[in-house]
Amino acid sequence: MTITADRIESGELCRAVAALKEQGCRFVTITCVRADSAGAEMLYHFDRELSLSHLRLTVSGDEVPSICGIYAAAFLVENEIQDHFGLCFSGLIPDYRRTLYLQGEDSPPPFRGPSGPAGGQ
Amino acid sequence: MAGTVIPFGPQHPVLPEPLHLNLKIEDEIVISATPAFGYVHRGLEKLADIRDFRQMIQVVERVCGICSMIHALTYCQGLEALMGVEPPPRARFLRVIWSELHRLHSHLLWLGLFADAMGFESLFMQLWKVRERIMDINEATAGNRVILSVNVIGGVRRDLDTGQTGWILSELAEVDKGIKAMGRTILHDYTVQKRTRGKGVLSGKQAMEFGCVGPMLRSCGVAQDMRLLGYAAYCELDFAPVVEQDGDCYARCRVRFAELGQSIDLIRQAIGKLPTGDISVPVKGRPEGEIVARAEQPRGECLYYIKANGGKFLDRLRIRTPTFANIPALTVMLPGIELADVPVVLLSIDPCISCTER
Repeated sequence: MTITADRIESGELCRAVAALKEQGCRFVTITCVRADSAGAEMLYHFDRELSLSHLRLTVSGDEVPSICGIYAAAFLVENEIQDHFGLCFSGLIPDYRRTLYLQGEDSPPPFRGPSGPAGGQ
Repeated sequence: MAGTVIPFGPQHPVLPEPLHLNLKIEDEIVISATPAFGYVHRGLEKLADIRDFRQMIQVVERVCGICSMIHALTYCQGLEALMGVEPPPRARFLRVIWSELHRLHSHLLWLGLFADAMGFESLFMQLWKVRERIMDINEATAGNRVILSVNVIGGVRRDLDTGQTGWILSELAEVDKGIKAMGRTILHDYTVQKRTRGKGVLSGKQAMEFGCVGPMLRSCGVAQDMRLLGYAAYCELDFAPVVEQDGDCYARCRVRFAELGQSIDLIRQAIGKLPTGDISVPVKGRPEGEIVARAEQPRGECLYYIKANGGKFLDRLRIRTPTFANIPALTVMLPGIELADVPVVLLSIDPCISCTER
């Protein structure tokens, strides 16, 4: 069993999220998962009248566009992912710079693999 | 006085748990609020790396004491869906009974704290006195007052006999009587209304944009409740979400107060329709795949993302608790109110930092 999610590229993320907001979707959360290959996978969850829809984004580098300009509530979960996975969200406001749970950018992110956000190469 | 920043919390008389707000104040009026937490973060999701998927039931029960049963329920329902397991009908009804007992004691706890925050100490003690009956039911039926540990993958581990269900109904009649006796003060007292009406207002549109859940969302006119998904036995019970329109602290209080009566009604219905039969089914194998499971906790929607590869340990367990979803809305609820109203507005979201700091 897998979640049916629209797979998108990093450059399309904000446009896709804005379209869901236009449709009246409620932002639920973002789940970051270590991927099999290098990188991480982000699942964006949205609700519309009790029905969930998901966007799936594969992240190969360390930088992900922030969606807090579209859904302001995303700032908290994006800061959490920065702490947990060591990713960096561009345009994130407010950016706690890995001090939400950790002691700052020098602290090792607990969910980060040995050689990257996914534990890949 | 322009632009003074006041740290609110993490230690504050109104906060039972540590939450911090940086409040920018001008002439006693809040200009902006920036939340922060992380003082007691436990990293429970990471434990999925070293605890197998069955042991994780005990871990997720400890995400929060106030809604521990519903955490375990959401997790078990997710795994049951992944593994193709159908819990027996009796187990589904028993899950509703314990879920609603949890909602009752959580809302009574919150109402007591809310009353205390406004200086109603006697009301606080009376509400918690009523709550004790619920805690006694939990202890008598599950062996524990707070962390019930009744859920297993494939059902529940404890049953109720007819003597217990009869006793629960008689206790609930007393709880109902106690709640109604205090309704006049909670809902109609002049001071309560002055402290709560028009404070911390959130519109339905804002609540949706900020991803609010539970009573926060329903107090703004949005009739969303995860119990409408029909999980456990909710699909077989008469139920409609409690909705208020004003979106202020008073509306949030009214929603939670009305939900007390609704929970009592749901327990009565569940006991009335409680089927006979087994309380669990044997479960073999290991989960594989990914799933999102949701349930309605006292504070709102709880989401579990589970990813498994057929092994003993889960690839990923992600828990989005309701307070985590409700905290961002404070950034629009607090600006414009007086500093003296901040504790009441903050408490009106029913913050559970134990959940948030999972």
